Formats: sequence, structure tokens, C-alpha cells
Amino acid sequence: MKRKRAALTLLAVAALAEAPALAQEQLPVRNCAWCHGPSAQGSGAAPRIAGQRASYIEKELLEFREHARDNPASKQYMWGATARLSPQAAHDFAQYYSALPAQPAEDGDGSLVESGKLIYEQGVPDANVVSCIVCHGPRGEGFDAIPRLGGMSYAYIKGRLEQWTKGYDASAHPMPIVSSKLSAADIEALASYVSFLK
Amino acid sequence: MKVVGLGLALQAAVLALATTTAGLAEERGGRPGFEAKVEYCKTCHGLSGEGYRGYYAMPRLAGQQPKYIENQLRAFIERRRVNPVMFNVAHVLTPTTLAALTTHFHELNPPPLGAAPRENIGLGRTIFEQGLPESNVAACSACHGPDAKGHEEIPRLAGQLYPYTVKSLTYWSKERGQGGQRDDTSAIMVVTTHNLTPAQISAIASYLAYLR
Repeated sequence: MKRKRAALTLLAVAALAEAPALAQEQLPVRNCAWCHGPSAQGSGAAPRIAGQRASYIEKELLEFREHARDNPASKQYMWGATARLSPQAAHDFAQYYSALPAQPAEDGDGSLVESGKLIYEQGVPDANVVSCIVCHGPRGEGFDAIPRLGGMSYAYIKGRLEQWTKGYDASAHPMPIVSSKLSAADIEALASYVSFLK
Repeated sequence: MKVVGLGLALQAAVLALATTTAGLAEERGGRPGFEAKVEYCKTCHGLSGEGYRGYYAMPRLAGQQPKYIENQLRAFIERRRVNPVMFNVAHVLTPTTLAALTTHFHELNPPPLGAAPRENIGLGRTIFEQGLPESNVAACSACHGPDAKGHEEIPRLAGQLYPYTVKSLTYWSKERGQGGQRDDTSAIMVVTTHNLTPAQISAIASYLAYLR
């Protein structure tokens, strides 16, 4: 019952979003929905992919397949999911999901939003922390293959930043360097701010 | 006299700030001093100082004239050049670190990033070498040098990112020379930028983006 409803929602959303007709008919998007949710807003370790930048999605899918992105959840779920993914399918998935509407998670600590905004926009020059805004944009909109961050969930952003400091996804320059300069409090504040950013 | 006093006070303030905060990076387990600062710059400006295209274009620093970099960092601090991010960055550089950084970047020579439209490179080259007499635009090469490597306070333009050059020339008087009566070499460019059309700006930026 629940599954059926999820599938229906997915169809409804897909129709609304006017994603490429080919994607709607032939892409096995239902497989993604199990973790990323019927409207691709994400859940737990599975990030929101609705409204994410197409070139970023495409690049990440190929990096899962090549095992360059080796975060624990990536290894557990995405390596298998992309094992037989063709470059064309990666492209089509990217087009499809980037066209879906994104909702902000707004699940961070509201009291940290102000300090998070400060780090996001200005960095912490004394501690060699660069600002996020220069690459990810004032509304967290991203650019080209630089991901959209605005409204991503607190847990996902926190997890990613922490994992970079531990050596995961090391090829994602410059994020390992950026993250290595962040304190635990900086990460809390940034992840909170980003979850409300839209 | 007043200006000198202000300058000194500013220098003292910068020094004081730098001294009190120098420990913060180390406190957090970061590398101390110069090496950490180079890495900090390169996080945004590229591992070889080649520049980086994020939401905003971060200019190429490789091969840049040390005097120019120094001058611009001071302009950020004095708010003659408007850039909130660089204002903060410039504040934490001690004079010694600054000198070492400018030398370091001057000596780098990675290939240009390119990634600019190619169809009007020829026009860009003509404007760069000969100017536009009918629009009262001087040849860029007259000041920036025939190879666009710059000299002293005049910046190197060769290999600069296309969107950065376009933005600079388009919004010149909104970003630079904001110090009122204060002398600012950026004023030289105002007339030139006003007399260029968007298509001409794009052509110059394209030519420079591929220039080694």
C-alpha cells in the first residue's frame, strides 16, 4: 500500500517537473526512490537529489561507479547501485533529478544559523577556513559541477564535512583541505545554516 | 599628516590582529605560518595559482606582479576595492607573510585555464595590441606589456580567467577606486572601461584567457 502510494507520488512529481520524456519512461527511478524518497528529498544518509545540479549528479554517479567516492554510505549503497550504470544513464538520471523541485530540510539548530552564516560567507581567515560562498554561491545554489547546498539536510552536510576530515572522498578537491580546517563547532554551525538556506 | 597617521594606525591594527590570531590556526591543529597560508590561498585560487571557477571566478595569481598583489590586498583593507571576502582574508596577513606569498605566486607558471569563447580572440588581440582609436581606448599592451605580463603595480593579464576579466572590466568603477579623494591607480582604467562595448570586453577577455 505504502509502496503504491510512493510510486504514485513519484509519477505525479515526475509529470509536474516536465523532466525529459525518455527519463520518465525508461529510467528505473524507482530504485533511487527507496532511499532518496519518492520526491527525491532525501532521508537519513541519502541526500536530497531533487533540484541538485545536473553536472554534479552525473559526476558523482560516475565517481561511485569508479569507487572514487568512498564514503561509508556510498560504499554500502551507491557502489552497487551504479556498478552497471552507463554514462548515458548517468546523464539521464542527472537531467531527471535536477529538474525536480527541491524543498529545504530546515532541520539544523536554529540558534547556530547566525554563526553558520558568518562562516559560510566570510570563512574564518585566522584559522585558514575559506568561505563557502565563493564556490557554492550566496543562496547555496552551486555552479556547474559544484553542488547546490541550500536546504540540504543537517545530518548529510555534517556527515560529509566530517568524512572529508577522516580521508574519505579524497579526490573531491578542494573539500578535503577546506574541511580539515573546520572545528567541530564550525561544522555544526555550517550544517545548521545550510539546512535553512534557500 | 593625518593620512600618514591613519596609515600607521592601520598597520599597527593589522599587526596586532595578526599577532593575537596567529595562534588560532595552530590551536586547531593546522600548520603554522607561511605554508598554511599558501595552502589557504590555493584552496580558492587553484593548487598552482591558476585560478578557479566557482560561483564567483577566483582570479589567477600565478605569475602575478608582487607589487600588484600587495597593492590590491591593501585596497581591500582600505575598502578602496570592494570585496567582503578578500577584506577578511587581507586582514590576517602579516607584512612578512605577505611578501613571501607575493613572491611565491609570482614564480608559479601553470598553463592558463582557457575555457573562454574562441570566436573573437582575433578582435581581442587587435584591441590588446592596437587599442581602439575611434573609441579613445589605448592599446592594453602599452601599460600591461606586449606579452601581458604586467610590471610593478600594473597587473599581469595573461592567462586570467575569462569571467574574471569580463566582470572586472564591466563593473570597474563599482568595485575599484572607492576611496574618494585618495590616490588610486585603478582610476586610470575608468575611461577605458567606459568606452568598451560588452562585445569588445568579451573579445579582450577571450584573448587573455588563452595567453601564456
